[in-house]
Amino acid sequence: MQRKKWEGVWLVARREFQDQFRDWRIVIPMLLMVSIFPFVADNTTRQAVNFMNRFGGDLILDRLIPFAILVIGFFPLSFTLLVALEAFVGEKERGTIEPLLSSPLEDSHMYLGKLLVGVATPLLFSYGSIALYLLLLMRRPVEFPSAYMMALILLLTFAHAVLMVSAAIVISVQATTIRAANLMASFVVVPVAFLLQGETLLIFWGNEDVLFLAVLGLTILSGLLIRLGLAHFKREYLLGREIDTLNVKSLWGTFLNHVSGNAHSIVEWYRTEIPATLSHLRQPLLIVMGIAIITIVSSYLWVVNTVPQFIEITPNRVQEIQGYVSQNIGNLDILDESVPAPWIFISNVRAMVGFLFAGLISFSTLGLTLFIVNMALIGGVLGGASLINFSPLAVFSVAILPHGLFELTAVFLATAAVLRAGAVLVTPQPDKSLGEVFLLSLADWFRVFVGLVVPLLAIASVIEVYVTPQLIKLAFPYL
Amino acid sequence: MIETFDLSKQYNNDFWAVDGVTLNVQPGQILALLGQNGAGKTTTVRMLTSLLSPTRGWAQVGGYDVVKQPQDVRANVGVLTEQHGLYMRMTGDEYLEYFGKVYGLDAVTRARQSSYLLEYFGLAEAAHRRSGEYSKGMKQKLALARALIHDPSVLLLDEPTSAMDPESAQLVRNEISRLKSSRRTIIICTHNLAEAEALADQIAIIYRGKILLNGTLEELKRAVLGPVEYEAKFAYAFDAGELDLPPGVILADRSATSLRFRVEAPHEANPRLMNALTARQAPLVSFHEVPKKLEHVYLKTMADAQGVSYAA
Repeated sequence: MQRKKWEGVWLVARREFQDQFRDWRIVIPMLLMVSIFPFVADNTTRQAVNFMNRFGGDLILDRLIPFAILVIGFFPLSFTLLVALEAFVGEKERGTIEPLLSSPLEDSHMYLGKLLVGVATPLLFSYGSIALYLLLLMRRPVEFPSAYMMALILLLTFAHAVLMVSAAIVISVQATTIRAANLMASFVVVPVAFLLQGETLLIFWGNEDVLFLAVLGLTILSGLLIRLGLAHFKREYLLGREIDTLNVKSLWGTFLNHVSGNAHSIVEWYRTEIPATLSHLRQPLLIVMGIAIITIVSSYLWVVNTVPQFIEITPNRVQEIQGYVSQNIGNLDILDESVPAPWIFISNVRAMVGFLFAGLISFSTLGLTLFIVNMALIGGVLGGASLINFSPLAVFSVAILPHGLFELTAVFLATAAVLRAGAVLVTPQPDKSLGEVFLLSLADWFRVFVGLVVPLLAIASVIEVYVTPQLIKLAFPYL
Repeated sequence: MIETFDLSKQYNNDFWAVDGVTLNVQPGQILALLGQNGAGKTTTVRMLTSLLSPTRGWAQVGGYDVVKQPQDVRANVGVLTEQHGLYMRMTGDEYLEYFGKVYGLDAVTRARQSSYLLEYFGLAEAAHRRSGEYSKGMKQKLALARALIHDPSVLLLDEPTSAMDPESAQLVRNEISRLKSSRRTIIICTHNLAEAEALADQIAIIYRGKILLNGTLEELKRAVLGPVEYEAKFAYAFDAGELDLPPGVILADRSATSLRFRVEAPHEANPRLMNALTARQAPLVSFHEVPKKLEHVYLKTMADAQGVSYAA
């Protein structure tokens, strides 16, 4: 069965390969690009070698070559992206999609076949271009990147290709015209270009090992994009829609209807709709709470065990810090002047919205990452408290729990809603388009946000400014 | 066979492209689906190939449910789409080979079917040329060959002879007739009424998503244009006077040299009518059925649907 599946995928991919390599409009520019850029880069390397040799910038030179390889690999990817962008919508416009859709090929055969060819063609050109550059580089008096670095760069190029093509194919399935798909290309190229800059920073100034994390992150994101594309691939949408019309009124109506549900009043909304939403959030909420506990404990243990390796914590030092805290504890009385409750409230609300946007563009992963960072901070603070001989449990109970009861609940709920939105996006929804699913996920999040998160954050900010400081002051001698 | 009940498709929650279509096409039968552009023919065909899911109703194609068994439906249906849908950089034989593989045929069957179809449709010589270089008619023939490559039990053909020269069109019609005689179930969507008249066992007229008429050509003629008419032509001006007409016969029209009768049951009434005319010593030159074409049925049905008068 599995073999048959891959036969179908290969069948679609092979035809696409043939088609692409018979199209001079693809082959000639690609060959030119593949052959010209390595020479340009080689010339740049030569100039850089001369320049660096004059000033002894060997370190920069060492890093310049991996960077050049990364860039040379990226150029063909960005060009061949256009081929992936028109994978489905192009066939639709040329009228060749219907015979294919009418055939017994499964959705996954078509989708993965086009994905395979979309990834393989640019990679072929990318690696070809890199190989040519390395050949040219052999003539220069420079040190080749290590095998480890080369492997990392080739993996990164691969991850870029999969990420860009999987995003392009999602666009191709959803777009109604090639023109619309091409216009959306910037939504793929620009973020990846930023990513490339980040990776460049890692190459020049960072630790090579961190590049592995970039490869891992990109692979996860690509996997989610492929899952999203497969989940929302519908033959019907490829044939049914002819014109893109953005009906803002209808979208807004759908959104509001979903937010308000069947309730006729606020009281009814809280009594029927919010419990219904919460019942959907049960599983993500448990996951989020589990992640929070693991993160707080891990972060606490990391700080307690690792910080003393870098900072010497002597009894004198501990006394010094405790004395400093004791002297400044009076400042808590004027906390509401320096950090007013509305400011805390607004910044928390802003953070929750940030979680949402980060989550929406990354199928929850970035939203969840921000959540983990916040939980790690709590663990870190408790670890720090432990290092200066305060009871972490007491600090948690006095300094975090009073307002945290509301704030942490709000954060858990908001993150669970983001997690669910991401999960819903990558889950097949037979009767809904990707746009509808996105809109309804947003409405679900908005229900939780307006109905629970905002009121909880408001309460938390008041407690944080007016109650928690007093509790800390009262409990300080016993901490 | 193809069986549908109340098959309906709504777009954007307001527009019913197909509304309550009920059809029954048995193996060895051809149904011609007639209607204006946008009447719902293509949407119906797409639902029958499991490309669109019905909003209401159900359909079975070749014994498979279009919603529950879409893969089986697609494997057993040959579809000729509105656009030929050829890959222009593929040669004719590559194209058939590709779709042969798509439909899971083994190499021997692929080669046999491909060479038969290319030969039959007169494309053998052009088999190694890219289809982008083909004429319109050749492209249409290659698309039809693709629909037949897996020897399907059900055929859904959208405008099968459009863009073809008369010889090629005749060739395609012959092939459709051959397929019918080998007990294939066939639906043809066409604007070519003469073709529908020549090929179809059943004709359905669809207007704004609804089937207005469905039946054999004779049934449709009778339902729309009334009973059969017969015309008696005389050699010279003849006054028949008050004729004693048999029951079920009405005098529909008269001129100096002809009489036209509307006859409910020709087998019983016509011999008596002839006797009545000869008894009056009418100078009969001919007595024949007045031809009524599908075109009249179609145009009258459309005119009635649109509330305008129809003049034959």
